[in-house]
Amino acid sequence: MVESIESWIALLLVGVMLSAALVALLSRSHLVAVVSVSVLSLGLTLLFVLLKAPDVAMTEGVVGAGLSSLILALALSRLGLLRSTKAGATDE
Amino acid sequence: MSREQRSLEWTPLLFSGGLAFLLFTLFIATMFGEPPMRAGAMIQQAGGVELGAANLVTAVVLGYRGLDTLGELAILFASATAVGLVLSTQNGESDKQASVFPDKIFLGEIFESASRLLMPLLLLLGFYIIIHGHLTPGGGFQGGVILAIALFLPALARSGEIPLNHATIRLVEGGAGTLFILIGLMALMQGESFLQPLLQPGEIGALFSAGSLPLLYLAVGLKVGAELAALLVHLSGESA
Amino acid sequence: MMEMVLYAGAVGLLVIGIAGLVLSHHLFRQVLALVIAEAGANLLLLLAGYRFGGEAPIWSEGSFPSVMVDPVPQAMVLTAIVIGVGIQALAIALLIRVRQQTGTLDREQAVIEMREALDQELGRFSTAPKPRSQYAPKGERPLYPVVEEGQDAR
Repeated sequence: MVESIESWIALLLVGVMLSAALVALLSRSHLVAVVSVSVLSLGLTLLFVLLKAPDVAMTEGVVGAGLSSLILALALSRLGLLRSTKAGATDE
Repeated sequence: MSREQRSLEWTPLLFSGGLAFLLFTLFIATMFGEPPMRAGAMIQQAGGVELGAANLVTAVVLGYRGLDTLGELAILFASATAVGLVLSTQNGESDKQASVFPDKIFLGEIFESASRLLMPLLLLLGFYIIIHGHLTPGGGFQGGVILAIALFLPALARSGEIPLNHATIRLVEGGAGTLFILIGLMALMQGESFLQPLLQPGEIGALFSAGSLPLLYLAVGLKVGAELAALLVHLSGESA
Repeated sequence: MMEMVLYAGAVGLLVIGIAGLVLSHHLFRQVLALVIAEAGANLLLLLAGYRFGGEAPIWSEGSFPSVMVDPVPQAMVLTAIVIGVGIQALAIALLIRVRQQTGTLDREQAVIEMREALDQELGRFSTAPKPRSQYAPKGERPLYPVVEEGQDAR
């Protein structure tokens, strides 16, 4: 597996995940943050497939990219964070 | 956050950098690719024969570590109950404003038809994944989450119309939890240990195989689905 | 190379999550940081069971692979993911209640509001020193009349 195609795919996925994590914490818009957490879950799903764990990949895909995004989107709506996207990330 | 506050934050950054270095060196020193654990290898040799489950992860989740799964269901139940407790509005203050769906608006023909078409298909997919949990990837947790999303889909597409009421959800949830514990207690009555798999393992790969593991996964799936559906309804602020 | 990349990803996610949890002043960002740290921990746990050249731990038709990855960490991660979403929903519910009670989602501001509400509910001024945030403006108005002399002088 050393230096094979899987290594390069893993490198790409890890890069996407780490940048998505940084975007989720540093971006000014809360909506962008939630979307990038979903992207992180999607990358984690593909990485689990690469690591020969189809059960865990299925759970992460359904829970992380589906239900968790739904919960966070509901939270955005309930917390009133959708409209104040122009304000800074630390404002209410 | 103004500029002069950012200058105070180098201590946590130093801390996290040090933590990263520590964890990285710690895990680089471990053997990657050749895990030294014996339990995994033994389960791989014995799991299929003892339990008759083609999916060894299912064999671990329900067969060898069934008590852990029961504890996990208890944690999920506690968190769903706590969400309901925290968000319950006794005085009914501004219930209309609290909801995600403030008024019943018509979202368009495509949403209506697609939600009406997709909900049975999603329910079917959820039950398929639950029932085939011991053969293919998937199982109670994944299928249960799909069931919860299928039950919440009409609320999203038709603006706050929940197809189930709270009594039904609570009945399904309690019944599924009771089923899980009853199967465990039946093993106890036959002289085995708690949650020991019952029945014959059967032929590996057949649908009716692996003893009582599909029944346990069905209970897990129904419980997870009902709990997460109730949790979504609570979080969306509906009082269905 | 493969294990370096994977460990870097897992440890990076864990550390980014922890740093965000510590550094962030917005409560919703702290929940997101918790989700990120959880993803990193799950990946780290799953990496412990990987085996070179192993197959997925499922016996399929006709093929019984001799080398499989370890199914025990996979089962643990499976339950951890589902628990994680429950914890996340509970945190969101607490956040909704905090915003209803205090009207803010800033960390220090929410703490100050809650302490003041608690003091008002107790009907007395607390004798403990005022929980002053390091970012709060210093000495604007004397909120606590019962202080020793010299305390307000600076």
